[in-house]
Amino acid sequence: MAALAERQAVPLLDPRIPRLLQIRRVRRETRDTWTLDLIGSDAGEPFAPGQFAMLYAPGVGEVPISISGDPASPEVITHTVRAVGPTTRALCGLRAGDVLGWRGPYGHPWPLEAVPSGADVVIVAGGIGLAPLRPAVLRVLADRARFRRIALLYGARTPGELLFRRDLERWRSRLDTEVEITVDAGDAGWRGNVGVVTTLIPPAKFDPARAVALVCGPEVMMRFTVGDLRKRGLPPERIFLSLERNMHCGVGLCGRCQFGPRFICREGPVFSYAEVERHFTIREV
Amino acid sequence: METLESLLAEHEFFRGLTREDIVLFTECASNVRFETGAYIFREGQPADQFFAVRHGRVALEVYVPGRGGVAIQTVGPGEVLGWSWMLPPYRWHFDARVLEQTRVLAFDATCIRDKCETDHRLGYELMKRLAHVFTQRLEASRLQLLDIYGRAG
Repeated sequence: MAALAERQAVPLLDPRIPRLLQIRRVRRETRDTWTLDLIGSDAGEPFAPGQFAMLYAPGVGEVPISISGDPASPEVITHTVRAVGPTTRALCGLRAGDVLGWRGPYGHPWPLEAVPSGADVVIVAGGIGLAPLRPAVLRVLADRARFRRIALLYGARTPGELLFRRDLERWRSRLDTEVEITVDAGDAGWRGNVGVVTTLIPPAKFDPARAVALVCGPEVMMRFTVGDLRKRGLPPERIFLSLERNMHCGVGLCGRCQFGPRFICREGPVFSYAEVERHFTIREV
Repeated sequence: METLESLLAEHEFFRGLTREDIVLFTECASNVRFETGAYIFREGQPADQFFAVRHGRVALEVYVPGRGGVAIQTVGPGEVLGWSWMLPPYRWHFDARVLEQTRVLAFDATCIRDKCETDHRLGYELMKRLAHVFTQRLEASRLQLLDIYGRAG
């Protein structure tokens, strides 16, 4: 699995010129999160699970957002956006037929192609972190026979803040995939797990000797998740994280997203823990 | 054939104990099943047992007037349920409601406490294992307090 950690610089293709894409459909996922399906004559460029794009809300600003759609259907580009600032609020306020600026896809993806046949795949998502992992789940399930066990462990604050509910129900109904969901606080109708996502790791069914883990969520969640995966016996080079920093250009020119010696936009956002371990626990890197 | 002793030896919480210790714990154990919706214990009742979950899932709940039972944690296979039996006044602090049919090994608290008082080595072994559970749950509770999904990842 040494090849899992190898990477090359992403080629620069018209790096600062956005394309105009039209919103075909908007779905409200939660109180503050929307999923946008984008189409356009320039759409259709293949992307790999884990890549992101820079989305430009006209007159407001530009933000990096992971692609959350199905890599088997690149003619529709899907992003899931949480409204947390002026630009994301503007993006979440757009409606079907509106146009936005888009450039990408950027970044290094989850290393699914390098995962050996017969490996176990453990996917750990927290909150909005399920969005960049959704394409990976879809890709893994589309190629189900290549893998042994698949475990998706997902944590959210409340049942009302679970993303992709229809997907989750579909994935849970499969007999060949373990899907465990937990929330920090249940409500009257919740019959599932209560507790943080890390509590799902000790009982999850996977063999650490042959497993690869994909992790995405807030950084503190990833830190504790890595700790529990390491306790289960996963080595750092088989734990992959999607990191987030304040990306601006998206193509490694501006340096805003520098993380130690790396630019997250060009060399990430996906890294093996072995690559970033040294800087991961340093404050304010 | 599954015996109480073999069920206990296979449970995650007791894994690695000597056969001698397994036998000692088995002397206080029984194999019990609870149906969905049942309460294994309720807040304020005497905490005269503790439980090692084999199958199923149990919610620890706090009753909040106007909201009903609010789940604060769920416990599943391989985990233990309840520690109010360890310290006076031996009363449960929460409700334990069965979310799906659950099979447990139930341990008589007085029997376990007496064995631990008699055999401090056994008691220390049990305390170390429980301390590990406490640590995990305390860490998980702290993460819940942090509201770790609050910011985009």
